[in-house]
Amino acid sequence: MKIYVNGQQKNFEVTEICLTSLIEKLALNEKKFAIEYNGEIISKSNFSQTFLKDGDKLEIVIAVGGG
Amino acid sequence: MESDKFLIAGKHYLSRLLVGTGKYKDFKETQTAISESGAEIVTVAIRRTNIGQDIKEESLLDFIPKEKYTYLPNTAGCYTKDDAIRTLRLARELLDGHNLVKLEVLGDPNTLYPNVVETVEAAKILIKEGFDVMVYTSDDPIIAKQLEDIGCCAIMPLASLIGSGMGILNPHNLEIIIDNAKVPVIVDAGVGTASDAVIAMELGCDGVLMNTAIAAADNPILMAAAMKKAIESGREAFLAGRMKKKFYQADPSSPTSGLIK
Repeated sequence: MKIYVNGQQKNFEVTEICLTSLIEKLALNEKKFAIEYNGEIISKSNFSQTFLKDGDKLEIVIAVGGG
Repeated sequence: MESDKFLIAGKHYLSRLLVGTGKYKDFKETQTAISESGAEIVTVAIRRTNIGQDIKEESLLDFIPKEKYTYLPNTAGCYTKDDAIRTLRLARELLDGHNLVKLEVLGDPNTLYPNVVETVEAAKILIKEGFDVMVYTSDDPIIAKQLEDIGCCAIMPLASLIGSGMGILNPHNLEIIIDNAKVPVIVDAGVGTASDAVIAMELGCDGVLMNTAIAAADNPILMAAAMKKAIESGREAFLAGRMKKKFYQADPSSPTSGLIK
């Protein structure tokens, strides 16, 4: 299935994946980040119960230097 | 000046200098400059993370600890109220429920001049959602007052365009904004060097927010130290109350009697 992460298409050889597993696959597990899933913010406590579907969109953000 | 504390959204701060964390050579320089500046509130931007990058890559949070500084996430780069609101909702999630934010909705990529109409609309929604909104705006006193009336916790008019270093172009408008405001007024954007910061504070601003003036100096660390002194000196001069200007009558500082003949 295809998932769009920060505008990039990512292909996964599975039919179902939860957000926790996806984060591990993206090697993000040690970073401080926040996630918007199909336009809605999703808290960390709900990652393991959130199962992604083909075509879902994720925005994963961090804090960077800015004025 | 221990007693002259600065109150933002119910929290006291000792430093009236707020600084950005952008445009530095590396995180080490960011850290040293911010430490030298004495700032307690630091702005950060919210951006997409690079997917597939080194997991051990350094992050801003490692150098500017959240426990030591008050993070002020901004909406730099947002041109609509919706983008600004979306960014700050993500920021709140990212920073564990932190409500203090800097709202800026830009109107034009060449000047980065604020779109005050979108800014007012975004502020209304954010305040309803429980955010403490420090708002970047033009130096229009009417808009500044409207933003205060909506419930923004600090009004942050520009001195001149973001990153321009042109200093305070309209001190009279800033004075009107300061005179009318019951919440802190913080000059945000346009300061180029220490004297600009002093002037802002002497006008009666409650604080100054800057980034480029420090980060783009030849020696950012030294400029950060200079800005710390400028803010303190301008504030003390404002509190001390300057002497009246006398254009046509000189008044000697030394006694007029007892001159040798």
